[in-house]
Amino acid sequence: MGVVLDRAEVSGAGAAATSSAAPLLSVRDLSVSFNDGDRWIQPLQNVSFDINPGEVVGIVGESGCGKSLTALSILGLLPLRGCKRTGQMMFEGQDLAALDESGMRKVRGRRIGMIFQEPMSALDPVFTVGDQITETVRAHFPVSRQEARERAVEALAAVGIPSPRNCVSMYPMSLSGGMRQRVMIAMALVCEPRLLIADEPTTALDVTIQAQIMDLLIELGTRTGTAILFITHNLGLVAESCARMLTMYAGQVVEDGPVADILLQPGHPYTAGLLGSLPQVRHRKSKLPSIAGRVPSAYEMPPGCRFAPRCSYVQPPCETLQALLARGARHVRCCRQDELTLPGAEA
Amino acid sequence: MSRLPALIGRRLWQLLPIIIFATFVVFSLLQLVPGDPAVTLAGDYASKERIEEIRKLYGLDQPLIVQYGVWLLHAVKGDLGKSLLSSAPVIELIAQRLPNTILIATYSLIIATLIGVPLGVLAATRVGSRIDTLVTSVASLGVALPSFWLAIILVANLSLGLHLFPATGAKPLLVDPKGALLSATLPAVALAVGVIAELARQVRSALIEVLSSQHYRTLRAKGLSPMSMLWKHGLRNVSVTLLTLLGLQVNRLFSGAVVIEAVFAIPGAGSLVAYSAINKDFPVVQGVVLVLVVIVIAVNLAVDIFNALLDPRAASS
Repeated sequence: MGVVLDRAEVSGAGAAATSSAAPLLSVRDLSVSFNDGDRWIQPLQNVSFDINPGEVVGIVGESGCGKSLTALSILGLLPLRGCKRTGQMMFEGQDLAALDESGMRKVRGRRIGMIFQEPMSALDPVFTVGDQITETVRAHFPVSRQEARERAVEALAAVGIPSPRNCVSMYPMSLSGGMRQRVMIAMALVCEPRLLIADEPTTALDVTIQAQIMDLLIELGTRTGTAILFITHNLGLVAESCARMLTMYAGQVVEDGPVADILLQPGHPYTAGLLGSLPQVRHRKSKLPSIAGRVPSAYEMPPGCRFAPRCSYVQPPCETLQALLARGARHVRCCRQDELTLPGAEA
Repeated sequence: MSRLPALIGRRLWQLLPIIIFATFVVFSLLQLVPGDPAVTLAGDYASKERIEEIRKLYGLDQPLIVQYGVWLLHAVKGDLGKSLLSSAPVIELIAQRLPNTILIATYSLIIATLIGVPLGVLAATRVGSRIDTLVTSVASLGVALPSFWLAIILVANLSLGLHLFPATGAKPLLVDPKGALLSATLPAVALAVGVIAELARQVRSALIEVLSSQHYRTLRAKGLSPMSMLWKHGLRNVSVTLLTLLGLQVNRLFSGAVVIEAVFAIPGAGSLVAYSAINKDFPVVQGVVLVLVVIVIAVNLAVDIFNALLDPRAASS
């Protein structure tokens, strides 16, 4: 990857969509609570964001910030018991939060596709690649087995799998990690969804393969006009491929705006911290800067600003609850955002 | 899949040492049984000379390894010898008795699969519910219950009490199918209870693992229906565990049959081997053991082949 941030501005992928069009997905005040037996904890609190048609939006944050939970909530893939979800998720004029299981089944795989982090375990080991893609097609379209198989072959060809006709009769175990992730992408896109949720799609792969898979995702998204919600902890990948990004911290959105602006001058100390932790090739420091401390668990949330215990700019007002406030084209959840000038990526 | 013939070949080669080992162990163990077959053969009030003569005649004076070698040589040619007691060819005795045992074992396995697997699925899809708790605790009980005790309870209530089933005996399946099934029902049920419990427990735990796996979550993300997820992907994923388990249960059923056939006075292979062992009828015991070993190995081979067909991972290992 090296110094990827330099390319942030020149990267044309997923150029900002016109703001006049209605958003494809509009999430408002999404909260998720779990019952752990004794009490309710809320690992996701009032998450709001929009994704425009064809747009590539990144969600960044450390592990345990609620990124994956946000993705799973959109598709209603949370456990059925001991879990409560509130808020609104307007998708193509339909509130996903109000849909029941059978309604959601028509959305999953058809209108919203999803790719998971672990290609090694996300495919069923005892069915062939072809079976797994074919059944997705047949779950959503009344087509013959033959026709569904043809579509599977086309989908595999589209993700750059050599000899897709052989691949359909192969089992996942005979494919490499990169190939399996291509199969996952083919499976997620075979029904031509309007939105693709990619939850850390490259984290489990070799670095050389990561770039290939990202390029493939962006290329397919651009070609088919599919919007992509890209979840990662790799800011470099976001800089390369996304038009807009959200920073999540401890179950909240703390910053939201165009990638180029945020990278030049982050509005939230946490985003600035993430940027500062990126390795820089040009000036090798003796020690890689990092954010001290760790993400608070849902059991011990700080009462005011959730980032305050780890923030180096903390002041008395940070003791109070923080709101996500507009700042130009962005939103920032920090009461000191107007006073602070935070260091951006060193371009 | 191309590994399948290799797998079969490998298993057939393994068959040979297992058969030799099993029959030799039984042959040696029979020497420890108190009593002398020559004395039995000579009948009551036989003279010492007569007993010696018989010992020579039957080769019983030879060292153990020679006796075994002679038996094995004949067995390879398809001659399992004659019963020391009735002089009937061992092959014939087995042919008469074995069908009864196979009927009970098969019947029992079918009952157990039809009840045990759905119970396991029911519990696994409702983990922590009352149904799950019930299935789990009844299964623990079922595993612990001795089949002969169950058999006695069943006979006391359903045969002697309600006269629903015959208390003892067996009928030939081909001549009187209804009577044969009716006679086999109680022994099959008595044997099945333990197998049901084992199947329910193992299917439950295997299925729980599959249901919480990442690839199962992928199925939901693809928009599949819960039914297709469970019956297509869930069961296919546990089928290897299930088949392996069924193979083990076949072994268990054949050994359980020895006791059950005694309780129900069924002329099966189990009671044949028990009676012959007590009376030191070596050739019969050896013959039955040989046939049972071959059956058990054949069942395990079939399990391996099906596993290889069902799970690509099994074929390559």
